[in-house]
Amino acid sequence: MTVTTGDREVLTARSLVKSYGNSPALRGVSLSAGRGDVLAITGPSGSGKSTLLLCLAGILRPDAGEIRFAGRRIDTESESVRSALRRREFGVLFQFGQLVPEMTAAENVALPLLLSGVRRREAATAARVWLDRFGVADLADQRPPQMSGGQAQRVAVARALVTEPEVLFADEPTGALDTLAGEQVLGQLTRVARESGTTVLLVTHDAQVAAYADREIVIRDGVVDGVVDSAGTAVGQHRPHS
Amino acid sequence: MSVGHALLGLLADGQRHGYDLKQQYELRFPAAKPLAAAQIYATLERLLRDGLVVAGVTERVGGPDRTLFAVTDFGRAELDRWLAEVELPSEYVANLLAMKVTLALLVADQDVAADFLRRQRVAHLARMREYTGVKTDPSTDVLRVVAADYAINHIDADVRWIETTLQRISRLTKEIHP
Repeated sequence: MTVTTGDREVLTARSLVKSYGNSPALRGVSLSAGRGDVLAITGPSGSGKSTLLLCLAGILRPDAGEIRFAGRRIDTESESVRSALRRREFGVLFQFGQLVPEMTAAENVALPLLLSGVRRREAATAARVWLDRFGVADLADQRPPQMSGGQAQRVAVARALVTEPEVLFADEPTGALDTLAGEQVLGQLTRVARESGTTVLLVTHDAQVAAYADREIVIRDGVVDGVVDSAGTAVGQHRPHS
Repeated sequence: MSVGHALLGLLADGQRHGYDLKQQYELRFPAAKPLAAAQIYATLERLLRDGLVVAGVTERVGGPDRTLFAVTDFGRAELDRWLAEVELPSEYVANLLAMKVTLALLVADQDVAADFLRRQRVAHLARMREYTGVKTDPSTDVLRVVAADYAINHIDADVRWIETTLQRISRLTKEIHP
């Protein structure tokens, strides 16, 4: 099944296949995401959803199929080109924010800008603006071990978005947070992404998290098992159940 | 939900007439089905008969006569008892979704049952998305957020059941058609 957005396509994948040894993780997944879409990729544990995200983000290379970003094929690019793409065009966010514990919140958020060659002063200013957008400006001078899980994850979201990426890849971004902290992170993340036109691919096994997205792609056993748009309409055909 | 106890609770901070109670009920329980005026007056009659409320003066303010009701000490004690009482979890064993899955397997096959479950999941997620939209709207008051939380978590329980049942569907089919 191919899942398309029509126009505004930013990221497309066609017939992705990926195996770990003899274990197939993806068995021909196709999808596309438009500019500003918030897309949830859901499915049970081991369904292949995280592998799909890692392939789309250029972290893993698929065994077959193709991935295009802004019309350009990226899965065949060298690691250095894909790495540059991840720095400039993509933001990546995992369950644990992976902040650098020795650095302050402001330094953590400024880091991706510094790596992209932005001047220190400009990066520091931008970091404070982004911390403010996520309601954690008062934590600018604190280090991650001094923060709660929810606070640290909001700093991590600010860091993932500070370069104003075209696409944010988030894998279970609230999986380690309690309900209210998770709600705050998701509410702010999706609001800011929609305001700035960032496309968000949100991997989750949690229907409550998927409900923040405009569209949901269900992955089961390495294939797309169904797509639900914001009106609650199932798009496309489900494969027969085995 | 006991309408009688809800009315006792709404009368706890002072006397009110039936129309006022109807408005208070809708304000405090935004997710509940609104009560018909007739239901409110019938319930007040019953509370009156049982000595849980008393009827006070009748007011007329630019409309029909309206009798004010107040909760009695006996009514307040009954309200406190009810508030402290733990509600038994609902019995979901024979719920409609599970019945449909079993019947689909009995009269049709696994694909029909799985297709029903997937379409049901879509409907549940659409409703969950609606409530999430209510929650994330900055203009929503906390009372409605709390009501949306309740709805979302109950819908989520069904969604989890649907997911698990989809994973068990082959085994369930074999059990029904050995």
